[in-house]
Amino acid sequence: MKLELSGVGKSFRTGAASVRALDGVDLRVASGEFLCVVGASGSGKSTLLSLVAGLDVPTEGRITLDGAEVTGPGPDRGLVPQAGTLYPWRTVERNVAFGLELLPITPEDRAARVDWHLAETGLTEFRHALPRQLSGGQQQRVAIARALACEPEVLLLDEPFGALDVQTKEDMQVLVRQVWRDTGTTVLMVTHDVEEAVFLGGRVVVLACDPGRVAADITVALPEDRDLDIKRHPDFLALRASIEDIVRAQHRAHTARATAGGR
Amino acid sequence: MSPLAVGAAATDTTRSGREGWGPLPRRPRPGRTSPLLTIRAPISRRSRLTLAVLSLALPFLAWVVLVASGVVPSRFLPSPGAVLAAGIGMAESGELFADLWATVQRVLFGFGLAVAVSVPIGIVMGTFRAGQALFEPLISVLRYLPASAFIPLLVIWMGLGEPSKIALLFIGTVFFNTLMVSDVVRGVPRPLIDVSYTLGARRGEVLRKVIVPHSLPGIVDAVRVNAAAAWNFVVVAELVNSTEGLGYRIVRSQRFLQTDKIFAVLIVIGLCGVLIDVVLRLLRNKVGRWTG
Repeated sequence: MKLELSGVGKSFRTGAASVRALDGVDLRVASGEFLCVVGASGSGKSTLLSLVAGLDVPTEGRITLDGAEVTGPGPDRGLVPQAGTLYPWRTVERNVAFGLELLPITPEDRAARVDWHLAETGLTEFRHALPRQLSGGQQQRVAIARALACEPEVLLLDEPFGALDVQTKEDMQVLVRQVWRDTGTTVLMVTHDVEEAVFLGGRVVVLACDPGRVAADITVALPEDRDLDIKRHPDFLALRASIEDIVRAQHRAHTARATAGGR
Repeated sequence: MSPLAVGAAATDTTRSGREGWGPLPRRPRPGRTSPLLTIRAPISRRSRLTLAVLSLALPFLAWVVLVASGVVPSRFLPSPGAVLAAGIGMAESGELFADLWATVQRVLFGFGLAVAVSVPIGIVMGTFRAGQALFEPLISVLRYLPASAFIPLLVIWMGLGEPSKIALLFIGTVFFNTLMVSDVVRGVPRPLIDVSYTLGARRGEVLRKVIVPHSLPGIVDAVRVNAAAAWNFVVVAELVNSTEGLGYRIVRSQRFLQTDKIFAVLIVIGLCGVLIDVVLRLLRNKVGRWTG
C-alpha cells in the first residue's frame, strides 16, 4: 500500500465545545491509484487531506506513506489547494521551480524539469506571466505543475476546481486525468462534485457527516481511457446516481441532526 | 397588473398571509449626478488637474490677498516675494544647505537605526506567536508615550549633542514601525505558508523565500508612513537645542522676528517631505510590481 490511514480521528476544540471532524477512518490507497473522496460539507474531507499532507495532526490513529508514519508536511505529498496559493511575485516558471530550488540539482536539470511540467500542463507560453495575469484555470494549472515538479509519491487535490466555471472545470478534469496517466503518480482527491469524482477516480469513497466516517467505498468500473463523452454513458450515469443517493442521504441525516440537536 | 402585485386573485400556489398589504411604494429614480459628486467614480484628467492646481493656488492666492490688503502686518505674514528673497539669501550664504544637510543626516541616522531595529523585530512578531507575546505588551505601551516628552530625559542622559536628537527620532518612530511591520507580516496568507511546507521548504526557507518577499511592499509602505513622522520629530528635536539644522534656523529666525526666513524654512521642510515620499513611493512600486 502506498498510503494507509488506520483508525484516524480528529477533534477540534472551539472554546468549551469539542467538534469531532473525523472518526475511525480506515483508508488504503494503492500505488498509482486515483482515489476520490466525496462528501457533503461537514464531512471532514478537507480535514482528511490536511492530515495526509501533514499540516495537521490526527487526534488518534496512524497515517503511513510507504510504511513510514506521516509526521509533518513534505514534498512527497504535493498539495493543490482550492485557489490562491501561487507566489504572486514569482512568474509561472519560477512558481513551478519553487520546490526544485530547494534541492541540490544543477540549474540545467532544474530548467529541464520545469520545461517538462510547463509543457505537460499547457503553460509554456505563459511561463513569464505573473499569477495575477492568469485566469483561475491557468492558476490551478500552475499549482498542479508546481506540486508535480517535486515528484510527489501522492498528489493531494483539495477541491482544486471548486472555484472554476463549468467549462474550465471540465478542461481541468481532462488535464488531471492526462497528467495522472503521463506521470503514473498516485492521486488522492477531495471533492463535493460526484460527477467529477466518478469521471476522474478509479475508486470513490463517500464520507459520512458528524463525524466523518467512510460510508461507502465504490470501485469505478469504467474504461481507463475516458473522455468527457463518457459522462453521458448509461453506466456512468447509473454509477453517479447511486453515489449521489448515498451523499444525499448523508446530507439529509446531517441536516436533520443539526436541526434536532440545535447545533 | 403585475403577477407580483398584492391583492391579485390568489391562485392555488401563492401562500396566503399577504392579503392586507398595500403596494410597496417605489421611490423615484434619482437624477444623474456629475462624476465629481459620484461615489468612487473616475474623474477626467482635466478635472483632476484643475482640482490639484486649485488646492495649491487657492491658499497661495489667500496669502497674497492677505498681505496686499494690509490686514495682517508684513512682520507677521511676509509676502511671497519676501519669502522667496529670504530663501534665496539663505541659499546664497550657504546656511540653508548646511542646515538641510545637518537635518537630513540626523534623519538618516535616527530613522535608519529605527528601521534597522524595527523591521527584524516586526518580522519576528508577525511570524512567531512567541515573538508577538514577548514584544507586543511592551511596545503597545511605549508607543503611546509622546516622544517629545522624552526630550528632557534624553538631554539629562545624553546631553545636548547629536545623540539625544538621534535618540528622540528613534523613540518617535521605532515602535510604530515595528507594529506596522508585524501587521504586514501577519497578513501573509496561511495557505501560502502551508503549501510551501508541502513543497519541501523548511522553516528558514519559508521565512526567507515566502514571508519576507510577500511582506516587502508592505514594509516599504510602513517605512514611508513613518518617514513622515521622522521628518516631524527631527525638527522638534532641533527646536530644543542645536547649532545647525532646519529647526534651529526657525528658532533663530524667531529671535530676530525674521518671519520671512521661518516661512522659507517651512517651505523647504515641506518640499523635502514630498521628495522623500515620492522616492519611497517609487521604491514601493518597484518592489511591489506583482501586487498590480
